[in-house]
Amino acid sequence: MIDITTNLSGLKLDNPVIPASGTFGYGVEMSELYDLNILGSISIKGTTKEPRFGNELPRIAETKSGIINSVGLQNPGIEQVINHELPNLAKIFHKPVIANISGFSVSEYVYCAEKINDVPNVGIIEINVSCPNVHGGGLAFGVDCEKVAEVTREVKRVTTKPIYIKLSPNVTDITEIAKAAEAEGADGISLINTLLAMRIDIKTRKTIIANKTGGLSGAAIFPIALRMVHQVHEAVKIPVIGMGGISSAEDVIEMMMAGASAVQIGAANLIEPFICKKIIEDLPKVCERLSIKSLSDVIGAIN
Amino acid sequence: MREIDFTVIENKKLAENIYRIIFEGDTSDITKAGQFVNVKIPGQYLRRPFSVCDWNEKELTIIYKVVGAGTQALSNISKGVKLSVLSGLGNGYELKDHQKILLVGGGVGVPPLYGLAKKFLEKNINPEIILGFNKSEECFYIDEFRALNLDVKVTTIDGSYGVKGLVTDVINGDEYVYACGSLPMLKAVHKKVNDGQFSFEARMGCGFGVCMGCSCKTKNGYKRICKDGTIFYHSEIIFGDD
Repeated sequence: MIDITTNLSGLKLDNPVIPASGTFGYGVEMSELYDLNILGSISIKGTTKEPRFGNELPRIAETKSGIINSVGLQNPGIEQVINHELPNLAKIFHKPVIANISGFSVSEYVYCAEKINDVPNVGIIEINVSCPNVHGGGLAFGVDCEKVAEVTREVKRVTTKPIYIKLSPNVTDITEIAKAAEAEGADGISLINTLLAMRIDIKTRKTIIANKTGGLSGAAIFPIALRMVHQVHEAVKIPVIGMGGISSAEDVIEMMMAGASAVQIGAANLIEPFICKKIIEDLPKVCERLSIKSLSDVIGAIN
Repeated sequence: MREIDFTVIENKKLAENIYRIIFEGDTSDITKAGQFVNVKIPGQYLRRPFSVCDWNEKELTIIYKVVGAGTQALSNISKGVKLSVLSGLGNGYELKDHQKILLVGGGVGVPPLYGLAKKFLEKNINPEIILGFNKSEECFYIDEFRALNLDVKVTTIDGSYGVKGLVTDVINGDEYVYACGSLPMLKAVHKKVNDGQFSFEARMGCGFGVCMGCSCKTKNGYKRICKDGTIFYHSEIIFGDD
């Protein structure tokens, strides 16, 4: 019997597969396709204090082996998420979820974290300091060690649940940011968010994304994510959730070897809605082929 | 929604840059005219959404315009190739009872109205048809609509076929309209009539409502074009610069 369980700050997961924030909504649509309870956990759509429509269309651009998005944190706001989306999700998914929150000021992060800390089915709070598609928040925090430290410190003051800081790859040295979060008490690190990117329609000479730039995700970014997960895993002692272009059980194992304790699957859900189910089914078979008895043994295990 | 492997049994050029694919496979997820499918094209990362033109128990027809790398690649796919398709997406048109039913299609917005016309005929309702194109070289499916014994008016912008002008030049304004076409066409038709259903297109991420890549503002709040649409009622639509 191959053991594919893993552990995030005391939270035991049946397997390391977690749909990434923004690629799985609040679970309702996906629950029509398969029983979500096979998943390790779910990272919910990023939530802000106030409801947001997000950016103008087009928000999506195709690229080779990837997708650029500029949704701009569309969400119904923290009240709606706490009163409706999370209770609805609890009915269809009977495990703790990862509550992804975002803000435009330290006080907004604190407000959302304090509120969501009390929701029973929230197991981990994921602090998104890395959205590249909104101005005056998100990324502005994630590229600055001082700001990441401040958000982490203030959020830790008002919460009892594990806090994972979701980092941006759009920085010179991601380990400095990770260390700043760890020093202020972060319980874990999620990485990577999307890479700032752009496409131009050469016929109209307009950017395809209305907001000009967006965040690149998908298979194209997997090697970059892998490298950064490895660097952060070497730099900090807290657990790392690895994400960026994962689309197979082999990718999951590779990401865990780089140092991830669990993984998130993002863009692949949009193209293959059953991909998380398939990966979970494939994981024991691939482990067996590689003579891995316990998946958690491979975390950071590169020779 | 289900993921179904469909086999291409025809991929044929109909007009300038316009192609038709007939797929063979399980079509049971398509329940309404105006729904769409999301097709995995080899070599492309994202799937591509196409409205369903026509379907029966084992065949599904889409008509598409070559506009970029994805549709270019699709036009080169041979008979016999199997493609992964997310089938049964979108809300589809609701068949309403009204004295004057008018179906208005513009360019590559024409195809879903063919399936819709057949649905109305099954209910013994004969809708009027208006098809708008840029020029005669881009016209398609006029004969197919006429073969349904319906009143079909055609407009072209350059006057090279049918009436010279826009679809709105031949709309009275008192009809219940079913529209599919470009955004400027939808907007012009919306202004001309008082009631109806309008199908919108967008660059989509997923096509089934999870990524928020194709959201729009309506009088009933924010909606996802792929999941809450693609079809919206006249009364709820807000156009961008209103």
